[in-house]
Amino acid sequence: MVVTTRVLSYRQAINEALRLEMRRDPTVILMGEDVAGGATIKHIEQEGAWGGPLGVTKSLVSEFGRQRVLDTPISEAAFIGAAVGAAVTGLRPVAELMFVDFFGVCMDQIFNQGAKLRYMFGGKAKVPMVIRTMIGAGFGAAGQHSGCHYSVFAHMPGLKAVAPATPYDAKGLLIAAIRDDDPVMFFEHKMLYDMTGEVPEGDYVVPIGKADVKREGSDVTIVAISRMVHIALEAAKRLSGEGIEAEVVDLRSLSPLDEDAVLSSLAKTRRLVVVDEDNPRCSVAADIAALAVDKGFDYLDAPVKLVTAPHTPVPFSPSLERYYIPTPERVVAAVREIV
Amino acid sequence: MEIPREKLRWIYERMVLIRAFEDRVAQEFAAGKLPGFVHLYAGEEAIAVGVCAHLTDRDYITSTHRGHGHCIAKGVDVKAMMAELFGKATGVCKGKGGSMHIADVDKGMLGANGIVGGGPPIACGAGLMAKTLGTDQVAVCFLGDGAAEQGTTHEAMNLAAIWKLPVVFVCENNLYAESTPWTYHCAAPDIASRAAAYDMPGVLVDGTDVFAVYEAAGEAIARARRGEGPTLLECRAFRYYGHFQGDAVSYRTPEEEAAYRQRDPIQRFRETVLSQGLLSEDELDAIDAAVQHEISEAVRFAESSPLPPPEDCLTDVYVSYPVEQLAFRH
Ligand SMILES: Cc1ncc(C[n+]2csc(CCOP(=O)(O)OP(=O)(O)O)c2C)c(N)n1
Ligand SMILES: [Mg+2]
Repeated sequence: MVVTTRVLSYRQAINEALRLEMRRDPTVILMGEDVAGGATIKHIEQEGAWGGPLGVTKSLVSEFGRQRVLDTPISEAAFIGAAVGAAVTGLRPVAELMFVDFFGVCMDQIFNQGAKLRYMFGGKAKVPMVIRTMIGAGFGAAGQHSGCHYSVFAHMPGLKAVAPATPYDAKGLLIAAIRDDDPVMFFEHKMLYDMTGEVPEGDYVVPIGKADVKREGSDVTIVAISRMVHIALEAAKRLSGEGIEAEVVDLRSLSPLDEDAVLSSLAKTRRLVVVDEDNPRCSVAADIAALAVDKGFDYLDAPVKLVTAPHTPVPFSPSLERYYIPTPERVVAAVREIV
Repeated sequence: MEIPREKLRWIYERMVLIRAFEDRVAQEFAAGKLPGFVHLYAGEEAIAVGVCAHLTDRDYITSTHRGHGHCIAKGVDVKAMMAELFGKATGVCKGKGGSMHIADVDKGMLGANGIVGGGPPIACGAGLMAKTLGTDQVAVCFLGDGAAEQGTTHEAMNLAAIWKLPVVFVCENNLYAESTPWTYHCAAPDIASRAAAYDMPGVLVDGTDVFAVYEAAGEAIARARRGEGPTLLECRAFRYYGHFQGDAVSYRTPEEEAAYRQRDPIQRFRETVLSQGLLSEDELDAIDAAVQHEISEAVRFAESSPLPPPEDCLTDVYVSYPVEQLAFRH
């Protein structure tokens, strides 16, 4: 079969995944603040206004109408809880939590309701919903609009969590997330929206729970998440100039975790650096390190190194924010310590 | 309500200062000098100023993502504000907060807020402090029409009512929450009438008329100071700029925006005080000139200030904590 690919942005890839799944399955609905925008305003009732604050859901309302692309009041607890209720009773809602930092407002509906219902009901219910949410620093958006926080969700039984780093993975993982019968947190890095890459037409699935080797190498394994995959690749390029070949493993899924992919790379390189933009304490990065010492101890020839954000909120000033976000330089330095 | 002459001058000066600040910030943002998200308050000046005219530095306010006007009305230093927006070390939050989290506790300004609905419970806390310690301080909570749909707002109004806290909720209804009209997101015919659910007075006010705001806020704040509990004011006004800088504002028509300017709060104030002979044209023009100078000075100060040293990222997280555990692991 010939698959046509074209170059799309990460933003367009997400939009396309939503469009294809909404065409395929009439139970898929979208809701969130200004996901269409301009509700009830005559001159834009049809095409919508914003399509999300950064235009990711733009024009979906023109094709699917306001019955299926729902602007919500600023009431996250109510509409994310409504997504849970709709999922339990037969829809496949995709709810947008505009910035992940806003989870504080609606966490009960995610954590005590969405994540636990199936278990507490003895397996008699399923909650096939997706929460799309923006993560990441680099925009100067400061303390309440810049966190990653996926570690919080990866920690919670009942939730799945994915964080694509490329347009290809974004589309395939979002389609997988919508078709999945469990609640899935879908983390979109705001600094990746304009990034472009080859994306096949038509639908395809990137399986949840499968990591991807984005660069092969034999001297050190760099495991990275979301935007940090690109930081790791840049570091790998520089290291290559010094004769060090790094293997870059893009985790893609944070829960479930592709333990085999991490361990088999480690078996090959015997050294591990983890690059994670989230805060370090009780984090996915720490979890990967634990995996390495627990199940990969015999492979390890050196200590595991973590390159993460500091244990601080995200600062506003560019000089402070640059310090906060892991850089290729820091990754290179961490690799040099153990190779 | 009789307003002393000095107060009238202050009201005008603050409104013009807010407008000039916001217009200049719009320019600086367009020139690429300001990082992050910027939400401007131009058009809504009469609300912050008419309310804060009744407050001292010891009273508290909570604000929103659209917080510059509240800061200026509460007397936060404009130079330090501008430096904050530029992300400089001399900023009022040392460059850590930026536009969306601008704050000055010393001035009773408990912060702009990146979380819609983040402020109302905090205002209750400030009111609880005053009530517990038996002071006459009050807390004013500014919130948007969109924030009126957040659970925290309703929980806070109920809490303030059952405890008779000295809190005034000032809902700034500028007709939109982002691109969503308030008539869509709000089930009630107006926001003020929701006060009935919490057994507090609810008053609908023309938020483009600083005299009307001054009067309504004066009553509500006096009631709070007397220990008679909270009030909800809904002040209707218009936001002149987009939701944030960069918003194409496709949801409004040029006619709608032109109509806003017919009720410009600063222009209305000028006309009223001139026609009633309360202040002179020369006096108002002198204030305008002084404000322009102050804004230019603020920008000069901000531009010439240094960025914070990168390691300052690690300060102010806690009062006490092992520093080595704040920094990176490797
Ligand atoms: C909890 C939360 N949800 C959503 C947002 C995104 N957001 C920022 S401002 C805004 C609209 C606020 O509207 P309104 O309260 O009317 O204030 P206005 O912007 O009109 O001053 C939204 C949805 C947020 N910052 N916090
Ligand atoms: Mg509004």
